[in-house]
Amino acid sequence: MNKKQIWVYIENTNKGIADVSKELLSKGRELAGRLSSYNQKTELCAIWLGSNIKKNVQMLFDMRCDKIYLVDHPELKDFKVLSYTTNLVENIKKYNPYIVLFGATSIGRELAPRIASAVRCGLTADCTDLQIGDIEFKTNKKAYKDLLLQIRPAFGGNIIATIINPEMHPQMATVRPGVMKTLELLPTGTGKGEVIALEAKIRPEDFIVEIIQKIQEEKKVDLIGAQIIVSGGIGVGNKENFKLIKELAQTLGAEIGATRAAVDSGWIHKDHQVGQTGVTVRPRLYIACGISGSIQHLAGMQESKQIIAINKDPDAPIMKIAHYKINGDLNRIIPMMIKAYKEKE
Amino acid sequence: MYQIIVLVKQVPDTRNITTKTMKEDGTVNRTALPAIFNPEDLNALESALLIKEKYGAIVTVITMGPPSAAEILRESLYRGADKVILLTDRRFAGSDTLATSYILSTAIKRIEKFDIIFAGRQAIDGDTAQVGPQVAEKLNIPQITYMQEVLHLNKNEIKVKRLIDNGIEVLKSKLPVLITVNNTSNTPRFPSIKQMAKFKKAISNSELTKVSNTLKYLSPELYSEETLIQNRLLINEWNLEDINADPSLCGISGSPTKVFKINYVTLEAQETKEILPNEKGIQALMQELIKEHIV
Repeated sequence: MNKKQIWVYIENTNKGIADVSKELLSKGRELAGRLSSYNQKTELCAIWLGSNIKKNVQMLFDMRCDKIYLVDHPELKDFKVLSYTTNLVENIKKYNPYIVLFGATSIGRELAPRIASAVRCGLTADCTDLQIGDIEFKTNKKAYKDLLLQIRPAFGGNIIATIINPEMHPQMATVRPGVMKTLELLPTGTGKGEVIALEAKIRPEDFIVEIIQKIQEEKKVDLIGAQIIVSGGIGVGNKENFKLIKELAQTLGAEIGATRAAVDSGWIHKDHQVGQTGVTVRPRLYIACGISGSIQHLAGMQESKQIIAINKDPDAPIMKIAHYKINGDLNRIIPMMIKAYKEKE
Repeated sequence: MYQIIVLVKQVPDTRNITTKTMKEDGTVNRTALPAIFNPEDLNALESALLIKEKYGAIVTVITMGPPSAAEILRESLYRGADKVILLTDRRFAGSDTLATSYILSTAIKRIEKFDIIFAGRQAIDGDTAQVGPQVAEKLNIPQITYMQEVLHLNKNEIKVKRLIDNGIEVLKSKLPVLITVNNTSNTPRFPSIKQMAKFKKAISNSELTKVSNTLKYLSPELYSEETLIQNRLLINEWNLEDINADPSLCGISGSPTKVFKINYVTLEAQETKEILPNEKGIQALMQELIKEHIV
């Protein structure tokens, strides 16, 4: 029997391999360990497409890959969904991995469904957790061993669903950036594994969509990496008052967050949005100002280690999950916090 | 004249869940949520209507769902859609994104010619964003996701701006193409009063069967099938046989993914410290945070 394989799609960015791919390799390592038994090892494999990438494979071995499937071709320099789909589908069919993981980035979220449709397998979007488990259906007595449990919020974050693909493999999922922890790299150059160079399939019909222009800027807002987030909701009242949120954030060296309502009101850019449709965060401290706590927002921040809620409404849902609650007017309280912090510093 | 197809979905409104739509145990009561036109599908429809106004097009709106989904097709007519089709069949129920895209693409193949298919980026009940790309793959046509703006359209080529992580991309594609549309792309128009007056009488085959014979007898101008078709008031329903679909690829049997378990999100109360909203309270709080190295 062939060894089981977990494939992680390695996404390229201007600055090299995307962070989410590193997160997936770390999670993949854990899942591979869980799937391996004493006589049957499960391999963690990277599937990497691009141009002139061959020289960088050591980095992936230092991220604990057992194997790297490499499709290195000048025509694959830019991500184009059609050519990337063709090359991935071809090799997924050939090697039949047990699991294939993608980052739920703009690339992953358009590439993975196209592949799943062509391979005819299941795909779960935007997972926030992955586990391995045995499943037995009481209704038809069917039992499955070692399935990938794909865990994701659904229904606007109101439910957490566990999705499985019992029969049509590979089991494919996209995973939210920032939710899986990254393992530390092995000492540079010490990771070992096998590189399998695959022949690129380049067909003219896969290049009928042309990239005319592409502008990508350095990310200015880093909510995922922030240790402290000061976040404002509709209770802030207006754009002028939102400056207070920024001032407190600046004082504490924090990143600025916001609810969808605050973003929709035009008080701050969408890049700052925390929640089900924004970014999922888990900072050391989350200060929620004028945020009542819709489930959509809570879904994106409730795993923060400490939560301070400032709200005029003592019964607001956010007050229930906060570690510190301050029942009052944020226009008075925030200046007090800034003052108290500056005095102690 | 361009032929444009718009894919839409009726969804429960998961955006504004209030205490009224929560059960006592803190979980959401799904049946209490109103059924609405998926917000980004309205942006998709608007994109089609903008092209219709600027370049000339026939806009056909397709949805898959229970018979009650006829409502969003009427809403599409109010806004300016030319034709609407409801894919409805009990054997479609329980479809995941793969089965859904199979059913939609099979129905689209029945339509002779199309130049552009628009769909919303994603639906608010699942937020998967998968059906668009999957339909494109099944039709073997290119896809452009996260569209922000149509920059140019000529005979058989379209140029669009789209949003990607931390940036934008301008793409040029040959037609036909499937395009998914962001909510920031446009502001969907309101239903026109004039169209509403006309199309509120639009009725689907299933709805027609529920109309009593007496009513049909009394108001043949409203309920005779020929008159309805003549006035574009019959909402076409297509079932599995109509689109010649393989039943094993539809519904639950055509869906590789299964929902194994659902956990409702409930608000878990924390041990909460109440901080007094005065100088003294805030000072003590900030001291504690500094001492604990939280700030």
